Amino acid sequence: MATGTDPEARAAAGGDPAGRGVHHAARAAIPDPHLRRDRWWLQPAVTVAGLLAFVAYSTWRAFAGADYYAAPYVSPFYSPCLAENCESMPAGADWEIVGGWWHLSPALLVLIFPLGFRLTCYYYRKAYYRGFWASPPACAVPEPHRTYSGESRFPLVLQNVHRYFFYAAVLVAGVLTWDAVLGFRDEDGAWGHMGLGTLVLLANVALIWAYTLSCHSCRHIVGGRLKHFSRHPVRYRMWGWVSALNGRHMLLAWASLVSVAVADLYVYLVSSGAFDDPRFF
Amino acid sequence: MSYQARFKVWRGDAGGGGLVDYEIAVNDGEVVLDAIHRLQATQCPDLAVRWNCKAGKCGSCSAEVNGRPRLMCMTRMSVFAPEETVTVTPMRAFPVLRDLVTDVSYNYAKAREVASFVPPPELGPGEYRMKQEDVGRLQEFRKCIECFLCQDTCHVVRDHEENKPAFAGPRFLMRVAELDMHPLDAADGAGIDRRRAAREAHGLGYCNITKCCTEVCPEHIKITDNALIPLKERVVDRSYDPLVWLGSKIRRRGARP
Repeated sequence: MATGTDPEARAAAGGDPAGRGVHHAARAAIPDPHLRRDRWWLQPAVTVAGLLAFVAYSTWRAFAGADYYAAPYVSPFYSPCLAENCESMPAGADWEIVGGWWHLSPALLVLIFPLGFRLTCYYYRKAYYRGFWASPPACAVPEPHRTYSGESRFPLVLQNVHRYFFYAAVLVAGVLTWDAVLGFRDEDGAWGHMGLGTLVLLANVALIWAYTLSCHSCRHIVGGRLKHFSRHPVRYRMWGWVSALNGRHMLLAWASLVSVAVADLYVYLVSSGAFDDPRFF
Repeated sequence: MSYQARFKVWRGDAGGGGLVDYEIAVNDGEVVLDAIHRLQATQCPDLAVRWNCKAGKCGSCSAEVNGRPRLMCMTRMSVFAPEETVTVTPMRAFPVLRDLVTDVSYNYAKAREVASFVPPPELGPGEYRMKQEDVGRLQEFRKCIECFLCQDTCHVVRDHEENKPAFAGPRFLMRVAELDMHPLDAADGAGIDRRRAAREAHGLGYCNITKCCTEVCPEHIKITDNALIPLKERVVDRSYDPLVWLGSKIRRRGARP
Protein backbone atom coordinates (compact mmCIF):
# COMPACT_ATOMS: atom_id res chain seq x y z
CA MET A 1 0.00 0.00 0.00
CA ALA A 2 1.52 3.29 -1.01
CA THR A 3 0.33 6.49 0.53
CA GLY A 4 2.30 9.02 -1.37
CA THR A 5 5.91 8.90 -0.24
CA ASP A 6 8.27 7.07 -2.51
CA PRO A 7 12.05 7.39 -1.84
CA GLU A 8 12.44 10.51 -4.01
CA ALA A 9 9.40 12.14 -2.44
CA ARG A 10 10.85 11.30 0.97
CA ALA A 11 13.96 13.33 0.19
CA ALA A 12 11.82 16.23 -0.98
CA ALA A 13 9.77 16.02 2.22
CA GLY A 14 12.82 16.60 4.39
CA GLY A 15 14.42 13.18 4.33
CA ASP A 16 18.07 12.77 3.62
CA PRO A 17 18.63 13.15 -0.13
CA ALA A 18 21.62 10.82 0.07
CA GLY A 19 19.41 8.16 1.64
CA ARG A 20 21.65 7.69 4.64
CA GLY A 21 20.76 5.90 7.85
CA VAL A 22 17.07 5.65 8.61
CA HIS A 23 16.36 7.35 5.28
CA HIS A 24 18.01 4.60 3.30
CA ALA A 25 15.84 3.76 0.32
CA ALA A 26 15.11 0.20 1.48
CA ARG A 27 13.84 1.21 4.91
CA ALA A 28 10.39 2.37 5.92
CA ALA A 29 9.68 5.74 4.31
CA ILE A 30 9.39 8.07 7.29
CA PRO A 31 10.51 11.68 6.77
CA ASP A 32 11.15 12.39 10.47
CA PRO A 33 14.67 11.44 11.53
CA HIS A 34 13.17 10.07 14.74
CA LEU A 35 9.76 9.83 16.38
CA ARG A 36 10.71 10.05 20.05
CA ARG A 37 8.49 12.42 22.00
CA ASP A 38 10.03 12.04 25.43
CA ARG A 39 12.71 14.44 26.70
CA TRP A 40 15.56 12.43 25.21
CA TRP A 41 17.74 15.54 25.09
CA LEU A 42 17.67 16.02 28.85
CA GLN A 43 20.21 13.39 29.82
CA PRO A 44 22.92 14.47 27.34
CA ALA A 45 22.25 18.12 28.23
CA VAL A 46 22.70 17.46 31.95
CA THR A 47 25.84 15.42 31.23
CA VAL A 48 27.33 18.22 29.14
CA ALA A 49 26.48 20.83 31.78
CA GLY A 50 28.00 18.74 34.57
CA LEU A 51 31.18 17.91 32.68
CA LEU A 52 31.65 21.50 31.46
CA ALA A 53 31.23 22.80 35.00
CA PHE A 54 33.90 20.43 36.23
CA VAL A 55 36.24 21.23 33.33
CA ALA A 56 35.88 24.97 33.96
CA TYR A 57 36.47 24.63 37.70
CA SER A 58 39.37 22.18 37.41
CA THR A 59 41.08 24.23 34.68
CA TRP A 60 40.99 27.31 36.90
CA ARG A 61 42.33 25.42 39.87
CA ALA A 62 44.91 23.40 37.97
CA PHE A 63 46.49 26.50 36.43
CA ALA A 64 46.22 28.59 39.60
CA GLY A 65 49.25 27.03 41.28
CA ALA A 66 48.29 28.56 44.64
CA ASP A 67 46.14 27.95 47.70
CA TYR A 68 46.38 24.18 47.45
CA TYR A 69 47.93 23.43 50.82
CA ALA A 70 46.63 24.31 54.24
CA ALA A 71 48.47 22.12 56.74
CA PRO A 72 47.65 19.31 57.18
CA TYR A 73 45.37 19.27 54.14
CA VAL A 74 46.48 19.13 50.51
CA SER A 75 44.23 19.49 47.51
CA PRO A 76 43.78 16.23 45.55
CA PHE A 77 44.58 18.23 42.39
CA TYR A 78 48.14 18.82 43.63
CA SER A 79 49.08 15.46 45.09
CA PRO A 80 51.55 13.96 44.48
CA CYS A 81 53.43 17.20 43.86
CA LEU A 82 56.26 16.43 41.47
CA ALA A 83 58.01 19.76 40.80
CA GLU A 84 60.39 21.91 42.82
CA ASN A 85 57.94 24.80 42.86
CA CYS A 86 55.59 22.85 45.17
CA GLU A 87 54.82 24.16 48.59
CA SER A 88 56.57 22.29 51.38
CA MET A 89 54.26 19.55 52.67
CA PRO A 90 55.82 17.81 55.68
CA ALA A 91 55.48 14.00 55.36
CA GLY A 92 53.29 14.55 52.29
CA ALA A 93 53.84 13.49 48.70
CA ASP A 94 56.14 16.44 47.95
CA TRP A 95 58.60 14.55 45.80
CA GLU A 96 60.16 17.07 43.39
CA ILE A 97 60.95 14.34 40.85
CA VAL A 98 60.70 16.62 37.85
CA GLY A 99 63.14 19.19 39.15
CA GLY A 100 63.35 22.95 38.92
CA TRP A 101 62.85 23.51 35.19
CA TRP A 102 59.08 23.20 35.54
CA HIS A 103 57.61 26.65 36.14
CA LEU A 104 53.95 26.04 35.46
CA SER A 105 51.48 24.84 38.06
CA PRO A 106 52.62 21.50 39.56
CA ALA A 107 49.05 20.20 39.27
CA LEU A 108 49.48 19.90 35.51
CA LEU A 109 52.14 17.22 35.97
CA VAL A 110 49.93 14.86 37.92
CA LEU A 111 46.44 15.63 36.70
CA ILE A 112 47.19 14.04 33.34
CA PHE A 113 46.89 10.61 34.97
CA PRO A 114 43.44 10.91 36.57
CA LEU A 115 42.35 12.93 33.53
CA GLY A 116 43.50 10.14 31.20
CA PHE A 117 41.82 7.56 33.42
CA ARG A 118 38.50 9.37 33.23
CA LEU A 119 38.80 10.30 29.55
CA THR A 120 39.29 6.65 28.58
CA CYS A 121 36.81 5.31 31.17
CA TYR A 122 34.05 3.24 29.60
CA TYR A 123 31.36 5.27 31.38
CA TYR A 124 32.75 8.70 30.50
CA ARG A 125 33.23 7.56 26.90
CA LYS A 126 29.52 6.82 26.73
CA ALA A 127 28.76 10.15 28.39
CA TYR A 128 30.82 12.36 26.10
CA TYR A 129 30.15 10.41 22.91
CA ARG A 130 26.48 11.03 23.58
CA GLY A 131 26.68 14.50 25.09
CA PHE A 132 29.43 16.24 23.13
CA TRP A 133 29.74 14.25 19.92
CA ALA A 134 26.09 13.24 19.52
CA SER A 135 27.16 9.78 18.47
CA PRO A 136 24.33 9.09 19.11
CA PRO A 137 22.69 11.87 21.17
CA ALA A 138 20.14 9.33 22.45
CA CYS A 139 18.94 5.88 21.49
CA ALA A 140 17.11 5.80 18.14
CA VAL A 141 17.91 9.48 17.59
CA PRO A 142 20.13 9.82 14.51
CA GLU A 143 23.65 11.11 14.80
CA PRO A 144 24.61 13.99 12.51
CA HIS A 145 27.87 12.52 11.17
CA ARG A 146 28.16 11.38 7.57
CA THR A 147 30.61 8.60 8.34
CA TYR A 148 31.42 6.58 11.42
CA SER A 149 34.32 4.32 12.30
CA GLY A 150 33.92 4.29 16.07
CA GLU A 151 36.96 3.20 18.01
CA SER A 152 38.39 1.13 15.19
CA ARG A 153 40.83 3.76 13.95
CA PHE A 154 43.25 6.41 15.18
CA PRO A 155 42.75 8.44 17.32
CA LEU A 156 39.88 6.68 19.13
CA VAL A 157 41.63 3.32 18.95
CA LEU A 158 43.85 4.82 21.68
CA GLN A 159 40.94 4.39 24.11
CA ASN A 160 42.37 0.89 24.50
CA VAL A 161 45.11 2.27 26.78
CA HIS A 162 42.54 2.57 29.56
CA ARG A 163 44.10 -0.16 31.67
CA TYR A 164 47.43 1.69 31.86
CA PHE A 165 45.66 4.76 33.18
CA PHE A 166 43.96 2.42 35.63
CA TYR A 167 47.35 1.33 36.98
CA ALA A 168 48.37 5.00 37.32
CA ALA A 169 45.05 5.84 38.97
CA VAL A 170 45.67 3.15 41.61
CA LEU A 171 49.01 4.80 42.45
CA VAL A 172 47.40 8.24 42.66
CA ALA A 173 44.61 6.86 44.86
CA GLY A 174 47.31 5.39 47.13
CA VAL A 175 48.90 8.82 47.50
CA LEU A 176 45.53 10.46 48.20
CA THR A 177 44.93 7.82 50.88
CA TRP A 178 48.16 8.84 52.58
CA ASP A 179 47.09 12.49 52.31
CA ALA A 180 43.83 11.63 54.06
CA VAL A 181 45.73 9.82 56.81
CA LEU A 182 47.90 12.92 57.27
CA GLY A 183 44.67 14.78 57.99
CA PHE A 184 44.82 13.15 61.42
CA ARG A 185 47.89 15.26 62.23
CA ASP A 186 47.58 18.88 63.19
CA GLU A 187 49.33 21.74 61.42
CA ASP A 188 52.46 21.15 63.54
CA GLY A 189 52.67 17.47 62.59
CA ALA A 190 51.37 16.00 65.85
CA TRP A 191 49.00 13.02 65.52
CA GLY A 192 45.58 13.03 67.19
CA HIS A 193 43.85 15.75 65.21
CA MET A 194 40.65 15.68 63.28
CA GLY A 195 38.87 18.51 61.55
CA LEU A 196 36.15 18.88 58.97
CA GLY A 197 38.89 18.80 56.34
CA THR A 198 39.91 15.33 57.52
CA LEU A 199 36.37 14.12 56.91
CA VAL A 200 36.27 15.78 53.49
CA LEU A 201 39.53 14.13 52.42
CA LEU A 202 38.42 10.75 53.80
CA ALA A 203 35.10 10.87 51.97
CA ASN A 204 36.87 11.90 48.80
CA VAL A 205 39.46 9.15 48.92
CA ALA A 206 36.77 6.55 49.69
CA LEU A 207 34.84 7.60 46.59
CA ILE A 208 38.03 7.73 44.50
CA TRP A 209 38.85 4.15 45.51
CA ALA A 210 35.29 2.98 44.87
CA TYR A 211 35.33 4.56 41.41
CA THR A 212 38.81 3.24 40.59
CA LEU A 213 38.06 -0.31 41.70
CA SER A 214 34.70 -0.36 39.93
CA CYS A 215 36.47 0.23 36.60
CA HIS A 216 35.75 -2.25 33.81
CA SER A 217 39.49 -2.79 33.23
CA CYS A 218 39.90 -3.61 36.92
CA ARG A 219 37.04 -6.09 36.64
CA HIS A 220 38.77 -7.73 33.69
CA ILE A 221 42.21 -7.84 35.30
CA VAL A 222 40.91 -9.13 38.64
CA GLY A 223 39.09 -12.08 37.12
CA GLY A 224 37.07 -11.31 34.01
CA ARG A 225 39.86 -12.49 31.73
CA LEU A 226 39.67 -16.02 33.15
CA LYS A 227 37.94 -18.84 31.32
CA HIS A 228 37.57 -21.05 34.40
CA PHE A 229 36.47 -19.23 37.55
CA SER A 230 36.31 -22.56 39.39
CA ARG A 231 40.09 -22.94 39.18
CA HIS A 232 40.67 -19.50 40.72
CA PRO A 233 38.27 -19.20 43.68
CA VAL A 234 39.97 -16.14 45.20
CA ARG A 235 39.96 -14.20 41.94
CA TYR A 236 36.37 -15.30 41.34
CA ARG A 237 35.37 -13.90 44.72
CA MET A 238 37.20 -10.65 43.99
CA TRP A 239 35.60 -10.50 40.54
CA GLY A 240 32.21 -10.75 42.22
CA TRP A 241 33.02 -7.83 44.51
CA VAL A 242 34.34 -5.69 41.68
CA SER A 243 31.31 -6.63 39.56
CA ALA A 244 29.00 -5.40 42.34
CA LEU A 245 30.86 -2.09 42.38
CA ASN A 246 30.97 -2.03 38.59
CA GLY A 247 27.17 -2.03 38.48
CA ARG A 248 27.35 1.43 40.10
CA HIS A 249 30.20 2.72 37.96
CA MET A 250 28.25 5.69 36.60
CA LEU A 251 27.12 6.75 40.06
CA LEU A 252 30.64 6.42 41.43
CA ALA A 253 32.09 8.30 38.45
CA TRP A 254 29.90 11.32 39.21
CA ALA A 255 30.18 11.05 43.00
CA SER A 256 33.98 10.96 42.87
CA LEU A 257 34.08 13.78 40.32
CA VAL A 258 32.05 15.97 42.65
CA SER A 259 33.97 14.88 45.74
CA VAL A 260 37.36 15.67 44.24
CA ALA A 261 36.16 19.16 43.30
CA VAL A 262 34.62 19.68 46.75
CA ALA A 263 37.82 18.52 48.47
CA ASP A 264 39.88 20.92 46.37
CA LEU A 265 37.43 23.75 47.02
CA TYR A 266 37.56 23.08 50.74
CA VAL A 267 41.36 23.22 50.81
CA TYR A 268 41.26 26.37 48.66
CA LEU A 269 38.86 28.11 51.04
CA VAL A 270 40.87 27.17 54.13
CA SER A 271 44.19 28.00 52.47
CA SER A 272 43.01 31.35 51.16
CA GLY A 273 41.71 32.30 54.61
CA ALA A 274 38.02 32.32 53.70
CA PHE A 275 37.32 30.37 56.89
CA ASP A 276 39.07 28.26 59.51
CA ASP A 277 38.85 24.48 59.47
CA PRO A 278 36.35 23.41 62.18
CA ARG A 279 38.28 21.16 64.56
CA PHE A 280 36.66 18.12 66.22
CA PHE A 281 39.67 17.21 68.43
CA MET B 1 -12.10 0.97 31.28
CA SER B 2 -12.31 1.07 27.52
CA TYR B 3 -11.52 4.02 25.33
CA GLN B 4 -10.84 4.89 21.73
CA ALA B 5 -7.09 5.27 21.41
CA ARG B 6 -5.52 7.31 18.62
CA PHE B 7 -2.82 5.52 16.66
CA LYS B 8 -0.52 6.33 13.78
CA VAL B 9 0.59 3.10 12.14
CA TRP B 10 3.08 2.93 9.31
CA ARG B 11 1.57 1.31 6.25
CA GLY B 12 3.52 0.62 3.11
CA ASP B 13 6.25 -1.45 1.57
CA ALA B 14 9.68 -1.04 0.01
CA GLY B 15 8.19 1.17 -2.67
CA GLY B 16 6.91 3.77 -0.20
CA GLY B 17 4.41 4.33 2.53
CA GLY B 18 3.50 6.58 5.38
CA LEU B 19 1.87 6.97 8.77
CA VAL B 20 -1.88 6.40 8.70
CA ASP B 21 -4.26 7.58 11.44
CA TYR B 22 -6.55 5.09 13.17
CA GLU B 23 -8.83 5.02 16.18
CA ILE B 24 -8.80 1.67 17.94
CA ALA B 25 -10.79 0.47 20.97
CA VAL B 26 -8.47 -0.35 23.87
CA ASN B 27 -9.38 -2.13 27.12
CA ASP B 28 -7.75 -2.25 30.53
CA GLY B 29 -4.64 -4.42 30.71
CA GLU B 30 -4.01 -4.49 26.99
CA VAL B 31 -0.73 -4.02 25.21
CA VAL B 32 0.11 -2.34 21.91
CA LEU B 33 0.02 -5.68 20.10
CA ASP B 34 -3.60 -6.18 21.26
CA ALA B 35 -4.53 -2.89 19.66
CA ILE B 36 -2.70 -3.80 16.46
CA HIS B 37 -4.53 -7.13 16.36
CA ARG B 38 -7.87 -5.35 16.86
CA LEU B 39 -6.95 -2.97 14.05
CA GLN B 40 -6.21 -5.97 11.84
CA ALA B 41 -9.46 -7.69 12.85
CA THR B 42 -11.77 -4.72 12.48
CA GLN B 43 -10.33 -2.20 10.03
CA CYS B 44 -7.29 -3.44 8.09
CA PRO B 45 -7.36 -7.17 7.38
CA ASP B 46 -4.34 -6.72 5.12
CA LEU B 47 -2.14 -5.19 7.86
CA ALA B 48 1.13 -7.14 8.02
CA VAL B 49 2.51 -7.75 11.50
CA ARG B 50 4.87 -10.44 12.73
CA TRP B 51 4.04 -12.01 16.09
CA ASN B 52 3.95 -15.36 17.86
CA CYS B 53 3.93 -15.82 21.62
CA LYS B 54 2.51 -12.52 22.94
CA ALA B 55 4.55 -13.18 26.06
CA GLY B 56 7.87 -11.46 25.36
CA LYS B 57 9.69 -14.70 24.66
CA CYS B 58 9.65 -15.26 20.92
CA GLY B 59 11.11 -11.93 19.84
CA SER B 60 8.82 -11.63 16.83
CA CYS B 61 6.80 -8.45 17.40
CA SER B 62 9.73 -6.02 17.46
CA ALA B 63 8.76 -2.56 16.27
CA GLU B 64 9.16 1.07 17.26
CA VAL B 65 6.55 2.61 19.51
CA ASN B 66 6.70 6.39 19.74
CA GLY B 67 10.15 6.19 18.22
CA ARG B 68 11.55 3.70 20.71
CA PRO B 69 12.49 0.13 19.74
CA ARG B 70 10.16 -2.15 21.73
CA LEU B 71 8.35 -5.45 21.72
CA MET B 72 4.72 -4.57 20.99
CA CYS B 73 3.54 -7.38 23.24
CA MET B 74 5.47 -5.99 26.20
CA THR B 75 4.40 -2.37 25.81
CA ARG B 76 1.36 -1.72 27.98
CA MET B 77 -1.22 0.75 26.74
CA SER B 78 -1.47 2.04 30.31
CA VAL B 79 1.88 3.81 29.94
CA PHE B 80 0.25 6.20 27.45
CA ALA B 81 -2.27 8.87 28.35
CA PRO B 82 -5.71 8.17 26.75
CA GLU B 83 -5.49 11.37 24.71
CA GLU B 84 -1.98 10.56 23.49
CA THR B 85 -1.42 9.42 19.91
CA VAL B 86 0.64 6.24 19.81
CA THR B 87 2.90 5.93 16.77
CA VAL B 88 3.87 2.43 15.66
CA THR B 89 6.45 1.90 12.91
CA PRO B 90 8.54 -1.02 11.75
CA MET B 91 12.15 -1.25 12.92
CA ARG B 92 14.02 1.46 11.06
CA ALA B 93 17.43 -0.18 10.79
CA PHE B 94 16.28 -2.96 8.47
CA PRO B 95 14.71 -3.02 5.00
CA VAL B 96 10.93 -2.91 5.21
CA LEU B 97 8.90 -5.70 3.61
CA ARG B 98 5.37 -4.55 4.33
CA ASP B 99 3.68 -2.50 7.05
CA LEU B 100 5.27 -3.50 10.38
CA VAL B 101 7.30 -6.39 8.98
CA THR B 102 10.99 -5.94 8.18
CA ASP B 103 13.60 -8.09 6.52
CA VAL B 104 15.94 -9.12 9.34
CA SER B 105 18.13 -11.40 7.23
CA TYR B 106 21.15 -9.16 7.98
CA ASN B 107 21.08 -10.74 11.43
CA TYR B 108 21.02 -14.29 10.11
CA ALA B 109 23.94 -13.53 7.81
CA LYS B 110 25.91 -12.15 10.76
CA ALA B 111 24.98 -15.18 12.90
CA ARG B 112 26.47 -17.48 10.29
CA GLU B 113 29.75 -15.55 10.36
CA VAL B 114 30.39 -16.40 14.02
CA ALA B 115 32.43 -19.59 14.32
CA SER B 116 30.41 -22.20 16.21
CA PHE B 117 31.24 -23.76 19.55
CA VAL B 118 34.21 -26.10 19.12
CA PRO B 119 33.71 -29.30 21.12
CA PRO B 120 36.69 -30.36 23.25
CA PRO B 121 38.32 -33.31 21.46
CA GLU B 122 38.98 -35.25 24.66
CA LEU B 123 35.30 -35.36 25.68
CA GLY B 124 32.55 -37.34 24.05
CA PRO B 125 28.80 -36.69 24.03
CA GLY B 126 27.42 -36.86 27.56
CA GLU B 127 30.81 -36.28 29.16
CA TYR B 128 30.63 -32.48 29.42
CA ARG B 129 30.85 -31.29 33.03
CA MET B 130 30.87 -27.60 33.87
CA LYS B 131 30.73 -25.84 37.22
CA GLN B 132 28.05 -23.27 37.81
CA GLU B 133 30.54 -20.48 38.49
CA ASP B 134 32.11 -21.13 35.08
CA VAL B 135 28.85 -20.85 33.16
CA GLY B 136 26.92 -18.32 35.26
CA ARG B 137 27.96 -15.29 33.21
CA LEU B 138 27.19 -17.10 29.92
CA GLN B 139 23.68 -17.95 31.06
CA GLU B 140 22.78 -14.27 31.06
CA PHE B 141 23.61 -14.13 27.35
CA ARG B 142 21.55 -17.25 26.68
CA LYS B 143 18.44 -15.34 27.73
CA CYS B 144 18.58 -13.55 24.38
CA ILE B 145 15.32 -14.06 22.44
CA GLU B 146 16.77 -12.66 19.20
CA CYS B 147 14.22 -9.89 18.86
CA PHE B 148 17.00 -7.83 17.23
CA LEU B 149 15.95 -4.65 19.01
CA CYS B 150 19.59 -4.15 20.03
CA GLN B 151 20.64 -4.47 16.40
CA ASP B 152 17.87 -2.05 15.42
CA THR B 153 18.85 0.65 17.90
CA CYS B 154 22.62 0.39 17.45
CA HIS B 155 23.59 3.61 15.70
CA VAL B 156 26.58 1.94 14.02
CA VAL B 157 24.24 0.30 11.52
CA ARG B 158 21.01 2.23 12.10
CA ASP B 159 22.63 5.51 11.04
CA HIS B 160 25.24 4.02 8.69
CA GLU B 161 24.02 1.39 6.28
CA GLU B 162 27.55 1.22 4.89
CA ASN B 163 28.80 -0.30 8.17
CA LYS B 164 26.63 -3.39 7.89
CA PRO B 165 29.21 -5.52 6.07
CA ALA B 166 31.88 -4.76 8.68
CA PHE B 167 29.87 -4.78 11.90
CA ALA B 168 28.12 -7.78 13.42
CA GLY B 169 26.10 -5.77 15.93
CA PRO B 170 25.68 -6.19 19.69
CA ARG B 171 23.73 -9.44 19.54
CA PHE B 172 26.46 -11.30 17.67
CA LEU B 173 29.37 -9.67 19.46
CA MET B 174 27.66 -10.95 22.59
CA ARG B 175 27.66 -14.41 21.00
CA VAL B 176 31.41 -14.12 20.38
CA ALA B 177 31.91 -13.07 24.01
CA GLU B 178 29.79 -15.99 25.18
CA LEU B 179 31.88 -18.47 23.22
CA ASP B 180 35.18 -16.89 24.26
CA MET B 181 34.13 -17.22 27.92
CA HIS B 182 32.81 -20.76 27.49
CA PRO B 183 34.77 -23.14 29.73
CA LEU B 184 34.72 -26.00 27.21
CA ASP B 185 35.11 -24.14 23.94
CA ALA B 186 38.21 -25.50 22.20
CA ALA B 187 38.45 -22.85 19.50
CA ASP B 188 42.09 -22.06 20.28
CA GLY B 189 43.09 -25.67 19.64
CA ALA B 190 41.22 -25.61 16.36
CA GLY B 191 43.10 -22.55 15.15
CA ILE B 192 40.17 -20.16 15.69
CA ASP B 193 41.14 -16.90 17.37
CA ARG B 194 37.83 -15.47 18.59
CA ARG B 195 39.40 -12.28 19.92
CA ARG B 196 41.13 -11.48 16.67
CA ALA B 197 37.91 -12.31 14.84
CA ALA B 198 35.94 -9.98 17.13
CA ARG B 199 38.20 -7.12 16.10
CA GLU B 200 38.86 -7.94 12.46
CA ALA B 201 35.82 -9.85 11.22
CA HIS B 202 33.00 -8.66 13.47
CA GLY B 203 33.99 -5.01 13.88
CA LEU B 204 34.13 -4.74 17.67
CA GLY B 205 36.06 -1.48 17.32
CA TYR B 206 32.99 0.18 15.81
CA CYS B 207 31.15 -0.18 19.11
CA ASN B 208 31.51 3.01 21.14
CA ILE B 209 29.75 1.51 24.15
CA THR B 210 26.93 4.05 24.28
CA LYS B 211 24.67 1.36 25.77
CA CYS B 212 21.57 1.72 23.61
CA CYS B 213 21.59 -2.06 23.12
CA THR B 214 21.37 -2.49 26.89
CA GLU B 215 18.63 0.13 27.18
CA VAL B 216 16.29 -1.59 24.74
CA CYS B 217 16.91 -5.24 25.65
CA PRO B 218 13.55 -6.72 26.76
CA GLU B 219 15.40 -9.48 28.62
CA HIS B 220 17.41 -6.87 30.55
CA ILE B 221 20.70 -8.41 29.51
CA LYS B 222 23.57 -6.09 30.40
CA ILE B 223 24.95 -6.43 26.90
CA THR B 224 27.46 -3.59 27.13
CA ASP B 225 28.80 -4.13 30.63
CA ASN B 226 28.84 -7.92 30.65
CA ALA B 227 29.56 -8.83 27.03
CA LEU B 228 30.86 -5.99 24.86
CA ILE B 229 33.23 -4.31 27.32
CA PRO B 230 34.65 -7.63 28.60
CA LEU B 231 35.16 -8.61 24.95
CA LYS B 232 36.89 -5.28 24.29
CA GLU B 233 39.16 -5.95 27.25
CA ARG B 234 39.93 -9.43 25.91
CA VAL B 235 40.80 -7.87 22.56
CA VAL B 236 43.08 -5.41 24.38
CA ASP B 237 44.82 -8.43 25.92
CA ARG B 238 45.36 -9.89 22.48
CA SER B 239 46.05 -6.86 20.34
CA TYR B 240 46.89 -3.75 22.33
CA ASP B 241 48.61 -4.74 25.56
CA PRO B 242 52.36 -5.27 25.08
CA LEU B 243 52.80 -6.60 28.62
CA VAL B 244 50.24 -9.35 28.11
CA TRP B 245 51.77 -10.11 24.71
CA LEU B 246 55.25 -10.37 26.24
CA GLY B 247 53.97 -12.54 29.10
CA SER B 248 52.25 -14.94 26.72
CA LYS B 249 55.42 -15.20 24.59
CA ILE B 250 57.52 -16.02 27.67
CA ARG B 251 54.99 -18.57 28.91
CA ARG B 252 54.82 -20.19 25.50
CA ARG B 253 58.61 -20.44 25.31
CA GLY B 254 58.76 -21.90 28.83
CA ALA B 255 56.14 -24.49 27.92
CA ARG B 256 58.20 -25.85 25.04
CA PRO B 257 59.77 -29.29 25.74
